[in-house]
Amino acid sequence: MTADVDLTPARMLRGEHVFRVVSKLNTDILVGYCWCGEAQESEDPIALWTWLLEHPDGHSSGRGGESPSAGRPQVLEPA
Amino acid sequence: MSSWPRNQWYVAAYSAEVTEELMARTICGEPMVFYRTSDGEVVALADRCVHRRFPLSKSHLVDDNVICGYHGFTYDRTGTCLAAPGQKRIPRTARVPAFHLLEQDSLVWVWIGETDRADESTVPRAPWLDSPDYTTVRGLEPLKARYGLLVDNLMDLSHETYLHGGYIGTPEVAETPITTEVDDEAQVIYVSRHMDDAACPPFYATSTGIEGRITRWQDIEYHPPCLYLLHSRVAPVGTPDPAEDGRDEPAFHVEVVYAITPETEHSTHDFWMVARDFALEDQGVSDFLAESNRTVVLQDVEALDVLEVVVEGEKENYQELSINIDTGGLAARRIIARQLTKGEAVTA
Repeated sequence: MTADVDLTPARMLRGEHVFRVVSKLNTDILVGYCWCGEAQESEDPIALWTWLLEHPDGHSSGRGGESPSAGRPQVLEPA
Repeated sequence: MSSWPRNQWYVAAYSAEVTEELMARTICGEPMVFYRTSDGEVVALADRCVHRRFPLSKSHLVDDNVICGYHGFTYDRTGTCLAAPGQKRIPRTARVPAFHLLEQDSLVWVWIGETDRADESTVPRAPWLDSPDYTTVRGLEPLKARYGLLVDNLMDLSHETYLHGGYIGTPEVAETPITTEVDDEAQVIYVSRHMDDAACPPFYATSTGIEGRITRWQDIEYHPPCLYLLHSRVAPVGTPDPAEDGRDEPAFHVEVVYAITPETEHSTHDFWMVARDFALEDQGVSDFLAESNRTVVLQDVEALDVLEVVVEGEKENYQELSINIDTGGLAARRIIARQLTKGEAVTA
């Protein structure tokens, strides 16, 4: 997990392909994690969901992916 | 195209509501008549006689068959016409649609869509509603607003602080960030708000007897389009978290359940239930929770009825604003939109 992201409470949905959006501590920034491990930051929840739900289109057919804690989030520009 | 997804299960009634009396209820724009047969089966037929459209709900039930109160056309539980007045021949088209039902967890579910596509294994569960380990109070309020407004309302509990102050709202609810998870394949959304040190609202202080501040967890599990579960955990501050195996005796658990069932494009059946795992035999606690929750529901109803009028009157393409607290509600809208497309695609 990245140090500056609050991931509590614990992960609840156990499916293989769960999207997750958490708040970055002490900011108004949301961090969205695709199930493949890629992440984006945004202050706009609509832009973040758009990115998350369109993101798997670019996935390989393997649907494996790294853990959701992999890598540092990229910043998503407001839509 | 309707605003609700087709080829989905919806809650039509509480099991206890359906008796050997005819009951009318419109679900997803479909007027239906419900009754329970002498062998306990729940039946739902289209609520109009094929002859001159008289509502079957205003007719008579005799030996598990419905006899139209206008001219006497008689239908069995499958909607097959058994008798027509003044003649022996029963017209080939004399049949009313029968809806596919499932009775489970004290709820009567109805399938809205193509009957051969109904899969009972996909109905979401709420087992505590008829579990001996819980006591449940419940009600049903008519809402003169589209069902999407109730979905928005329930997916964002930060409104508790402002609309339900003095009942379930405290400042911490609006101040604590949420975590949102979406499983697109399982069609479920989870929105968590865990407050480590919060004021105890009267709803919980009075029912549990807790004095002082609490740890308050709100975990929303929404199965679009119909079933909304709020797993609520309250415990005095300092109470250990649940054990790895899920055991959590020191805490109080309240399962708040809503079934969000469209009636028409501009009205909704607001089924609400509150199940608790404490004070199971205490009628005073049951009465308090029933009265308090109904008050809260009616506060929402009043607000959403007003909101419906506003939404109906607004210009096309009105641009609303969404912020972080709407993350769960936005996820719900996305899944419902996909269910709408998928349901219509099946029909086409």
